[in-house]
Amino acid sequence: MRRRVLPGFGLSLGYALTYLGLIVLLPLAALMWKASGIGIEGLLHLLDSPRTLAALKLSFGGALLAAVINAAVGLLVAWVLVRYRFPGRRVFDALVDLPFALPTAVAGIALTALYAPNGWLGQWLEPHGIKVAYTPTGVILAMVFVGFPFVVRTLQPVLESLDRDVEEAAESLGASHAQTFFRVILPLLVPTLLTGFALALARAIGEYGSVIFIAGNIPMHSEIAPLLIVQRLEEFNYAGAAALGVVMLASSFALLLLIGLLQRWSGRWMEPSR
Amino acid sequence: MKKARLMLALLATLAAGSACARDVTLLNVSYDPTRELYRDINTAFVAQWKSQHADNVTIEMSHGGSGKQARSVVDGLPADIVTLALAYDIDAVADHGLLSKDWQKRLPDNSSPYTSTIVFLVRKGNPKGIKDWPDLIKPGIQVITPNPKTSGGARWNFLAAWGYALKLPGGGEAKARAYVQELYKHVPVLDTGARGSTNTFAQRGVGDVLVAWESEALLAQQELGKGTFEIVVPSISILAEPPVAVVDRNVDKHGNRDVAEAYVKFLYSPEGQAIEAKNFYRPRLPEAAARYAAQFPKVNTFTITDVFGDWRQAQAKFFADGAVFDQIGPGS
Repeated sequence: MRRRVLPGFGLSLGYALTYLGLIVLLPLAALMWKASGIGIEGLLHLLDSPRTLAALKLSFGGALLAAVINAAVGLLVAWVLVRYRFPGRRVFDALVDLPFALPTAVAGIALTALYAPNGWLGQWLEPHGIKVAYTPTGVILAMVFVGFPFVVRTLQPVLESLDRDVEEAAESLGASHAQTFFRVILPLLVPTLLTGFALALARAIGEYGSVIFIAGNIPMHSEIAPLLIVQRLEEFNYAGAAALGVVMLASSFALLLLIGLLQRWSGRWMEPSR
Repeated sequence: MKKARLMLALLATLAAGSACARDVTLLNVSYDPTRELYRDINTAFVAQWKSQHADNVTIEMSHGGSGKQARSVVDGLPADIVTLALAYDIDAVADHGLLSKDWQKRLPDNSSPYTSTIVFLVRKGNPKGIKDWPDLIKPGIQVITPNPKTSGGARWNFLAAWGYALKLPGGGEAKARAYVQELYKHVPVLDTGARGSTNTFAQRGVGDVLVAWESEALLAQQELGKGTFEIVVPSISILAEPPVAVVDRNVDKHGNRDVAEAYVKFLYSPEGQAIEAKNFYRPRLPEAAARYAAQFPKVNTFTITDVFGDWRQAQAKFFADGAVFDQIGPGS
């Protein structure tokens, strides 16, 4: 019989399930229950509205783009933090977590103040016709901000445990730098990169606090789906708000599931030795 | 020993009943821009009640978007008094049985101790020459107003614009629709609340004109310096009546109905009216109005009842899901 660290399989499993049920499933069940008031017909009507579709497109499209940017830049930052020693590295490393710690509204207001037409950065961008605040670009910027730490923090431990021997072996066998990176290092990182990507994506899809200040909130143009939910609530339309919430939840869940599958598939494909 | 003394004190208080001073707590659930107003009102009321009844009254405030505040009260926030941006939000609380449906008839002047109106705030020197409603839809003018779906103040703005076009010579429903549709095409940012719009206009420097509560415009002028912005009063505007009410079910549960009712009546008293006027809300009492006449320019106004029936009708016609604002608002 194998020794288990936690006492009693039944007890720990029971705790885990109860906890999950209370913290995650119960609120979700309440959401579903509220949403059920609207019925299938109401749901279809909701999705039929071009405005709802535009908002969902911005929320999901923006979040995907932000997650791609975060994955690319996050990989670079993680690499620099793990592989190089330079003065101020610890400070730099601590800075990565700031988007976690900052209240999202503060982040949103700060970004808007920077990129507004009279802001520090905005006043230089505006004459070149680049508008950030109050446009979809601003929405994506805020999403990049809030999702940034996820990729860096998931990649760091993996990069640290990555043996340099592998790289050296590759190079001594005649691989170029690019070949070493793309055919040796990257495959080892892909599953973790996908995890970071999924976390950043999930965070960005539901983001309200920081995005709302910089978005401009013009329907069909810069209006995010969570704002539509808030508007339904203002109309005391709880069922409509919940239904929209369920739509977002289902889409996010499908996306995360897809990423999970991709991850498993990449894990198998990237490690041919097994 | 300590415990026994505490029990004794408790018993003594109970036995003395209403004969001696009580500690009373009131929760006033209000909307966003009234922070300054109710801070002053509360100080004055607490002092007055203390001198007349010897009770210690503590007044707790909750501020936020009017609709959100109403929803919190419906969902169980134990408000003794609601002081919101528009009657529809208190109607919603009444619909859930927390106070009687005829609440608006229980106090004078539609239960609105103070009023406000909708004016324009423009940048120094009025560079775009904005004088009246038609100027807002001239080419190149950017108008800042919040989203009527999420902001009570924005609904007053919308109705003021609608009423203007409706009452024009030769105006009518179709004209109003066309005017308001054009107006929202000039809006580059739809903030979720009135304060947000003020910030976008004043701090972020976006837009040529802010359509705002008069109280908010006067406050912005005072806070940000008189020279920075100018107030433009349109030829006609809406008389905004932010209502107040005692929440029956909660005061009966808390046993503080007498204080709560005195509190809302205080808002109508000469002292209360003076404080409201000082905080840029138009008082109802002629004496208070006369004293602060200089700060309130003369405005030609119409009321919700004049043009739209009541708030329930206005809400259903313009702001409900799929109603006029959804049909003609930005992006439609």
